[in-house]
Amino acid sequence: MNRDLKISAKNLSFFYGGFEALHDISLDFYSNQVTALIGPSGCGKSTFLRCLNRMNDLIPGIRVKGEILIDEENIYAPSVDVVHLRSRIGMVFQKPNPFPKTIFENVAYGLKVNGVKNKNLIAEQVEKSLRRSALWDEVQERMHESALGLSGGQQQRLCIARALAVKPDVLLMDEPCSALDPIATQKIEELIHELKKTYTIIIVTHNMQQAARVSDVTAFFYLGKLIEVGDTDTLFTLPSLKTTEDYITGRFG
Amino acid sequence: MAIHFQRELAKIKKSLLTLGALVEERVRMATDSIEKRDAALAGQVIHSDHDIDEMEVEIEEECLKVLALHQPVAVDLRFLVAVIKINNELESIGDQAVNIAERVEIIARRDTVDFVFDYTEMTEKSQNMLKQSLDAFVNLDLDLAFKVLLLDDEVDKIKNIAYDRIKEAMADHPESLGHLINLLLVSRHLERLADHATNIAEEVIYLIEGEIVRHSKMW
Repeated sequence: MNRDLKISAKNLSFFYGGFEALHDISLDFYSNQVTALIGPSGCGKSTFLRCLNRMNDLIPGIRVKGEILIDEENIYAPSVDVVHLRSRIGMVFQKPNPFPKTIFENVAYGLKVNGVKNKNLIAEQVEKSLRRSALWDEVQERMHESALGLSGGQQQRLCIARALAVKPDVLLMDEPCSALDPIATQKIEELIHELKKTYTIIIVTHNMQQAARVSDVTAFFYLGKLIEVGDTDTLFTLPSLKTTEDYITGRFG
Repeated sequence: MAIHFQRELAKIKKSLLTLGALVEERVRMATDSIEKRDAALAGQVIHSDHDIDEMEVEIEEECLKVLALHQPVAVDLRFLVAVIKINNELESIGDQAVNIAERVEIIARRDTVDFVFDYTEMTEKSQNMLKQSLDAFVNLDLDLAFKVLLLDDEVDKIKNIAYDRIKEAMADHPESLGHLINLLLVSRHLERLADHATNIAEEVIYLIEGEIVRHSKMW
């Protein structure tokens, strides 16, 4: 398997005011791999995910220590254009959040914001993104209807298409299936398998079986610390640490 | 859910140990019957084997149910996989006890005995292996599990001695071939029994270490 280093967090600590939400995390992510971040609520996994595209910048009173290198470039360097960064690192959230616009406009939005004006180019990229997110066949006849008329699973795949349209190389997913039924979940999981051929994917999930099913590497967070990281098949059959074992076997608390 | 699940695992463990005790008892009866040339005792072993078969099926069904309902991982997954396999091994050991008993029934029919092979050491060692492999499972005792693997070589050696001695006896007493073949088969069944105990020990090693030691001659 291709093991090109894509993202490298080095001694990352993160503070909400005086509260240290992440403590000295060093973690590498490789191209064309799916990494799952697991851990109980409040363990810092979502905070960590949001550090990767500087989503936390929007929260007042935060402070970041350490660095995150993407393609060897520190994304917290002052010279970094955050808007450009976020187009390289797409994000999909827990609840599908399409814009109250047409299906077409949802996917085209990022391109337009980025200044793409050529209509053919936009149409082409919209179709490509919808195909990539395995939604095209279901929506090609209704591109100009409201996105809000889609089912939850379709909306989530639309959000993935929207993220893909601006050609990112990393895809962050924060519990992308927690609001979906098992069938829609399965579709997203199949999609993740497909997408990892092109993208580096990092997924936060509370669903341990999902982490086991979709990821190549699993990182376990607890109380703001990275406890254990390893190949998913090893972590779920023979974790090295007792804390990890206690968590994944439900012996916590 | 976790507590409920742990209770299910505890129940499965208890059932497996009950089966283990039952199988140990049958092996003891079968080996006693060799020593005493006791056809009646051998008959008891043969006719009670279905108890073991039934328990084996029950335990397997219980494990499959827990796998489907709880989708366990890590130590819990290794535990269930080990139980499913140990369960099979115990059933096979029960079958070997029956095989021994069947040989003894035939051997005991003969009035005159020209030749005997003393199986005491081999039966003691095989029984010990079974006991220790189950103890290793109960106490998650890695050292003891490895000890069982070593004992298996000793049992194999005795089997080879039995083979040579019985072969000689066949040359000396060609009129007793049938009897001697049955006597030889006892050593074969005891050796297989010890192999199944070895398999149990290997499952215990997997359960503790997560490593499959079967087929690797690391001890």
